[in-house]
Amino acid sequence: MAFFIEVLVGGLLAGVMYSLIALGFVLIFKASGVFNFAQGAMVLAAATTYAGLVDMGWSGWLAFLAALAVMIVFALLTERLVLRPLVNQPQISLFMATIGLTFVLEGASQAVWGSVVRGLDLGIPDTPLEVSGVLISKFDLVASGTAGALVVLLASFFQWTRTGRALRAVADDHQAALSVGIPLERIWALVWAAAGAVALVTGLLWGSRLGVQFALTQVALKALPVIILGGFTSIAGAIVGGLMVGASEKVAEVYLGPIIGGGIENWFPYVLALLFLLVRPDGLFGEKRIERV
Amino acid sequence: MRTTKRWWWSGAVSALVLVWAAPARAEGEQFMPVPSYRVGPYAAGGTSLYGGFIDYMNLINMRDGGINGVKLTWEECETEYKPDRGVECYERLKAKGPTGASMFHPYSTGISYALISKVGHDKIPLVTIAHGRTDAADGRYFPYVFPLITHYWSLNTDIIRYIGEREGGMAKLKGKKIVHLHHGSAYGKEPNVVFQKQAEKYGYEAKIIEVPAPGSEQQAQWLEIRQFKPDWVIVTGWGVMNPAALKNAVRVGFPMDHIVGNFWTGSEEDVEPVGTAAKGYISAALNPPGKESKVIQEIERVVYGAGKGNMVDKKRVGSIYYNRGVLTGIVSVEAIRVAQGKFGKKPLTGEQIRWGLENLNLDPARIAAIGATGFIQPLKVTCADHEGGGAVKFQQWDGTKWKIISDWVQADKELVRPLIEESAAKYAKENNITQRDCAKEST
Repeated sequence: MAFFIEVLVGGLLAGVMYSLIALGFVLIFKASGVFNFAQGAMVLAAATTYAGLVDMGWSGWLAFLAALAVMIVFALLTERLVLRPLVNQPQISLFMATIGLTFVLEGASQAVWGSVVRGLDLGIPDTPLEVSGVLISKFDLVASGTAGALVVLLASFFQWTRTGRALRAVADDHQAALSVGIPLERIWALVWAAAGAVALVTGLLWGSRLGVQFALTQVALKALPVIILGGFTSIAGAIVGGLMVGASEKVAEVYLGPIIGGGIENWFPYVLALLFLLVRPDGLFGEKRIERV
Repeated sequence: MRTTKRWWWSGAVSALVLVWAAPARAEGEQFMPVPSYRVGPYAAGGTSLYGGFIDYMNLINMRDGGINGVKLTWEECETEYKPDRGVECYERLKAKGPTGASMFHPYSTGISYALISKVGHDKIPLVTIAHGRTDAADGRYFPYVFPLITHYWSLNTDIIRYIGEREGGMAKLKGKKIVHLHHGSAYGKEPNVVFQKQAEKYGYEAKIIEVPAPGSEQQAQWLEIRQFKPDWVIVTGWGVMNPAALKNAVRVGFPMDHIVGNFWTGSEEDVEPVGTAAKGYISAALNPPGKESKVIQEIERVVYGAGKGNMVDKKRVGSIYYNRGVLTGIVSVEAIRVAQGKFGKKPLTGEQIRWGLENLNLDPARIAAIGATGFIQPLKVTCADHEGGGAVKFQQWDGTKWKIISDWVQADKELVRPLIEESAAKYAKENNITQRDCAKEST
């Protein structure tokens, strides 16, 4: 039983790390109704900028602020050069634009900071904590706390600020939002900057675990089943979805894996998400879409 | 009539130019394709691997004026480690140079699998040092594939022998528990058959655990390991899987000095992200790290001294992957040199270079002359045996750098060779390949 609890707790904590990535996707989707394919590349760009600057001798905090500034500049440029010309275009065009952004960001990150793998020590211990025979990672606990703080911050922003409410209008209909005086450009720049900040935090935590390297772009794939489960528009859903995916994939890998050959945790969450889609197409917390026929 | 005459003259002049130019090129250049991966997820390894390879070819050109006066030329093609891009690069480069591609070094198991049937048709050797299809070491069925130096099956026996030595003898392995944690790919699964055969031979309890690619998440696997309580964990990893494995080992409190990685799980890139927590971790080494070897010092003196070095990040010169690239250069150049001994000091075809590879005999004296004593193992390749070596050294991470902790540990060829022959014969039967008669071809 202790082993099962350990697997479950480990899975839940791993799920929080997935939620962090999912948060970035949800932010952009809420603002534009577009799935941001470039979120993984943003994680890579933010983390390589931070690690590259630290490598050059910058202090951690200064490198953090500089990386944040880079992500904000990236957000402003994206809004001005990519999104603004595509206002009122079909959403598939915006989606394709984010695919293009992915390759630009990945290439630029490797061109500027090289392809070398960099270690990242945030000073958070990754040694286990033993509670009644169950090992819990201290690093995962810190990551959970960070994700929790980000959720509270972002949820408050969307719920209690004028900009947050404006975001929802923008997501529903660009033209209608513009016609009632909502500054679409400013909203988009703001949201992309917020997604950049989330990408930076995500990149630092994942980079600390795996090393800052190109593979950080691939961790974004972990967020897809999370947002399918939690809903594309819900910040709370990203957390709940992350917990569900993390726990179920670890339990499945340990108990189901040996029966069917192992190595199932990559595809198992997608099966779960697919089944979920059949029952709740909008996810657990996603907004139900009602359209006049 | 005047127009016809003018055409005749210009045609004759063009033909003369071509006749004059073609032999001039053919006498001087041996073309080497470089299917590198400098962008994408495996760029960190690819940049150093191919950087070392190019630097060694540059050394031969700059210091020796080429191989017996035949200059090496090369062209890079970016594969991003992807099989489709690798095949595209092969097709693009195979006919370049006066005699076509000398050989092809994909350094990707996926790309090498995709090219196995093509290289036989094009008569271009596919050199798969420490990667690719293992049973291709049987040259009787795979005449153009060369898993030179060592392959995954020999490697597994090297690792088990090393573990046996650490336990106080192979007999002490009986009753021990050993886990093979592997990358969820054809590459990762390759050693499983030998790992299990050796479990039958030595009586250890074997457990195989797969990590889904790319391997960034391994929590469940390491919890399984914790529950199994093994004495040793062997890791066959690649890329991000490697630091993730070590980080997870720390999280479950598994001792680092009882984890043994293979030669693709033992570079600086694999341990630096883990830092001092990886102290004590052991891995197999195809080549030692560092700049102690004369050949690396020569590259620094001649190539980097002239500002012609390929590595932008010069700190990586002497890294594990860089030195592996130099190793690749050494065996490639030596094979061409051997082939020149038979076919003449001129640019050679892939078919002629295959003969050079099959008659490659790097003995200690030749290795010393190259300046690579201790850097490369003695190597004797034959028509039937396309591996030629089989040994590895072992190295340990001291928190800041790799330190060699063993001499060359030899493979258990008595166990491996019959398995290779059996597997190769099966492949040949399925693909209607007739066995070569090596007795007729060796001279």
